Amino acid sequence: MVDNYAIILIMILTVLGFGALLLSIGVLVRPYKPTPRKLQSYESGVPNIEPLKGRYTPRFYVIAILFVIFDIEAIFLFPWAVAFDQLGLFGLVEMVLFIVILLIGYAYAWRRGALEWV
Amino acid sequence: MTAGDIVEYVVKSAIIIVFLLTAFAYMTLYERKLVGRVQVRHGPNRVGPGGLLQPVADGVKLLFKQAITPRGVDFPLYILAPAISVVAALVTFAVIPVGPGGVNLFGYRTDLWLADLDVGVLFVLAMSSLGVYGIVLAGYASNSKYSLLGGLRASAQLISYELSLGLSLVGVLMLTGSLSLNDIVNGQGGTWLGFIPRWYILVQPLAFIIYAISGVAETNRAPFDLVEAEQELVGGYHTEYTGLRFALFFMAEYINMVTISALAATLFLGGWRGPFFGGPWWLLLKIALLLTGYVLLRATLPRLRYDQLMHFGWRVLLPLSLLNIVITAIGIVLLG
Repeated sequence: MVDNYAIILIMILTVLGFGALLLSIGVLVRPYKPTPRKLQSYESGVPNIEPLKGRYTPRFYVIAILFVIFDIEAIFLFPWAVAFDQLGLFGLVEMVLFIVILLIGYAYAWRRGALEWV
Repeated sequence: MTAGDIVEYVVKSAIIIVFLLTAFAYMTLYERKLVGRVQVRHGPNRVGPGGLLQPVADGVKLLFKQAITPRGVDFPLYILAPAISVVAALVTFAVIPVGPGGVNLFGYRTDLWLADLDVGVLFVLAMSSLGVYGIVLAGYASNSKYSLLGGLRASAQLISYELSLGLSLVGVLMLTGSLSLNDIVNGQGGTWLGFIPRWYILVQPLAFIIYAISGVAETNRAPFDLVEAEQELVGGYHTEYTGLRFALFFMAEYINMVTISALAATLFLGGWRGPFFGGPWWLLLKIALLLTGYVLLRATLPRLRYDQLMHFGWRVLLPLSLLNIVITAIGIVLLG
């Protein structure tokens, strides 16, 4: 039996070769006549302010942190789900406890306004 | 692994790639035609008979477009981003079984899947997470505020809906007891009462609805296409991309739609199993139906506001998917 991950690797290499081909094949046929205006990044027709200051709302950070918490929870749930038929009632009670603890944290985050987006 | 094996897998990979690219090309045409019909007009019908060659014309046009790289971009990341997107989109399909194993094709015995990973579902989730990198890097490297905002919005949206997407699969995993997509399809073989197929959508309807909504959000499609909200963000994260580089992002989006549909068919609708005859045709039919659903959604629903999107993902879908897990667990314990 061939290792399945080796197959995935072959697929990734094939796709990479294909992607590189697509990105480079156009060089042969397409024109290239750059002008200073053309090389500006888009700004609705007016001269833009460079360099770009990358400042944005901290909401995105909060969402990222919440995602990490709940994604780890999901990772705990996957093996539990796969082994559930062997765990039975014990597994059910354990996992309901786990979810309830998480829901307390979820309610806290909600109360503190982490889920607000205005 | 012998040389023959390697050739077999390269050929299979190439078949998957060609299939997905054809699906992508004709999905764009199908979408334009169907949206046109909904809006009481014809859609593209000039190139070829009934517009059938329109995707070819689009591709040739994109090939001949100048590749503009704006000043101030972070070039390695800028060029890497579309490649990551398209690789993540294409490779996901490797684990989806399109038919039974051990089939004779042209006198050669082979399985109708590329790889049968024990952790197939996790692999799919991991690959869809990798796709987020392409979008974030495109927004970050482009040196444009529209791209940056589009990329940030996209990543926040994708990670929010990825949670409910992942959690909606837990119910299916509990019924199957395996993460392998082959086992999941085999678990849906047979019928109830002789004629109702044992598809998981019938025992996990809530999970299917959550999966479908999250899937639409994961692929940035209407009504969740805030990433490309052209009134406020121009083109979102691919504002600064032209020609084939832009085409790669476009390709990734449509291939992701095909993959999400194929996954929905595999997890909830019995995969390649179906009445009368089983095999790739059933899977194709289910994918086509789900893609039609995508197009009709786009044709009929207006776009959500961003706060509505985040509220819906975090306050409705996430608790619902947890509730679904608990209900499923109680059901399995009570019914044995």
